[in-house]
Amino acid sequence: MAEGILVVTNQEEGRVRRVAYEMLAVAQELAPGKVTALTFGPGAEQTREGLGRYGADQVVALNGPAYAAYSSDGFADAVAKATESLDVEALFFPANAWGKDLAPRVAGLLKAGLASDCTDMFRRDDGRLGAVRPVYAGKAFARVAIQSPRQVFSLRPNIQPIKETGRAGTAWDFDPGLDAASFKAVVTEVLTSQGGQLELTEADIIVSGGRGVKAPENFKVLEDLADALGAALGSSRPVADEGWVPHSYHIGQTGKVVSPTVYFAVGISGAIQHLAGISGSKYIVAINSDADAPIFKAANYGVVGDLFKVVPALAQEIRAIKKDA
Amino acid sequence: MKILVLVKQVPDTATKIRLNPGDAAIQTDGIKWVINPYDEFAIEEGLRLKEKHGGEVVVVSMGPARVEEAIRQALAMGADRAVHIVKDAVGDSQVAARALARVCQDEGYDLIVTGKQAVDDDQAQVGPLVAVELRLPQVTVVLKLEVDPDARKIRAERELEGASEIVELPMPAVVTAQRGLNEPRYPTLPNIMKAKKKEVKSVPLESLGIDTEPWVVVEELTLPPERPAARILTGEPEEAARELARLLHEEAKVI
Repeated sequence: MAEGILVVTNQEEGRVRRVAYEMLAVAQELAPGKVTALTFGPGAEQTREGLGRYGADQVVALNGPAYAAYSSDGFADAVAKATESLDVEALFFPANAWGKDLAPRVAGLLKAGLASDCTDMFRRDDGRLGAVRPVYAGKAFARVAIQSPRQVFSLRPNIQPIKETGRAGTAWDFDPGLDAASFKAVVTEVLTSQGGQLELTEADIIVSGGRGVKAPENFKVLEDLADALGAALGSSRPVADEGWVPHSYHIGQTGKVVSPTVYFAVGISGAIQHLAGISGSKYIVAINSDADAPIFKAANYGVVGDLFKVVPALAQEIRAIKKDA
Repeated sequence: MKILVLVKQVPDTATKIRLNPGDAAIQTDGIKWVINPYDEFAIEEGLRLKEKHGGEVVVVSMGPARVEEAIRQALAMGADRAVHIVKDAVGDSQVAARALARVCQDEGYDLIVTGKQAVDDDQAQVGPLVAVELRLPQVTVVLKLEVDPDARKIRAERELEGASEIVELPMPAVVTAQRGLNEPRYPTLPNIMKAKKKEVKSVPLESLGIDTEPWVVVEELTLPPERPAARILTGEPEEAARELARLLHEEAKVI
């Protein structure tokens, strides 16, 4: 019986996202056998030390010229080939833009079931792996079983703790023997977005604005609070639809689903679709002038008042606390 | 250019989810069913490509009899005809992908478009799985799409975390749509009337000769835990702000 877990992760210039270490922490806990990490591209070899420290027994760095640019079909073929050479019962992918593109492709090639965006993983009584994953954008959670011989999971970032366990991280030389000329869909350019905005799905704190902010230029008030907190900026759907902020800010069932430690809902009434998208937040803070707004029912803390007075005062208080710390 | 659009019917996003303890599916009585919002972007993109390059837009959908309503809606937006894979049993993404891919194969295609995910199960798998089944390249979560039918090439911008990337790929291919790709049109009254006469081919799932055994099985659904009642602060904004900052710092210990 296969006993290992293969953790597939993206890296940029020798750095992996925290979710890579989160996956390794879960894999170590669940795999009776070896935990193997697999990553791609220029700088992949530099990730080995960190991947070992956080739980990889061995690391495959596919840093040959074929893997310089991401290709969903090419990389999926490479992962499938690596899987055939390993004794693995399961594969883990990050449930980020990269992993959500790649994982189903790999699952299709391996004829394996995939549970996407899992928030909890466990060993079942029947000895197989099981998972819990949000459905309806977090309005409910599904406990799922995967019945194919191999199991594939993608894990939602920012949920699992990481553990420094100092495993070997031995380099495992493996060449899938693929020719980049056979790769069909290839990334030719990466466009970084405006002003280094923190990514919502990975943010620890989010300050989010809704119709109550009244005008696009008023988002400055929220920006200042976000700046004081080191938070990412988000929005409700109506203000993104109005074009006050880019679509990438939109949080909710048809936008981003987020799971920060603290979510500040400012001038957001709390439509059911928005509440679904923020239900994974540890703390929700609502600031709204309407005491009857549904957002207060979902919140841990609420301030009923004029956001244009409360938010600047809060930013000041936060700065004072941080200065003392 | 022949464009296939894969469409799923899902509960309206305003739906409040109701469950009984131990249930593996939501209670569906009284639910309003709609086209998956991301599939609306896919339909719209298919129609725009047809308007620009000529050809045909065929909708492929799967599910019980109620799905015909979503299909008629897509036809009213302007799709030419549809295939309805009639299926009542519970499946998973792989079963759906196998069935859809089989119909795509029978239809023939230059391009297959669908939403980046369905807002019910949120698996975000069917697009890529169909691509694998048909040995096609894919580009997912697409914000901008340029198709050159003569050169048989696609150039797409797809969303990343706080960034985006340009993907180039040959046709035919599978493309999944993200919000921002376009603004879906509303069906006009004459088009709603016309849609009633458009062809909807009904295909029983069993007739496709595929394995219909799901690999991913939902064993139980639960509702998220209720949050404790909120601490509501009122009064002068400065005082409320100070008290909120104190609570976040000392009680929640998150700042």
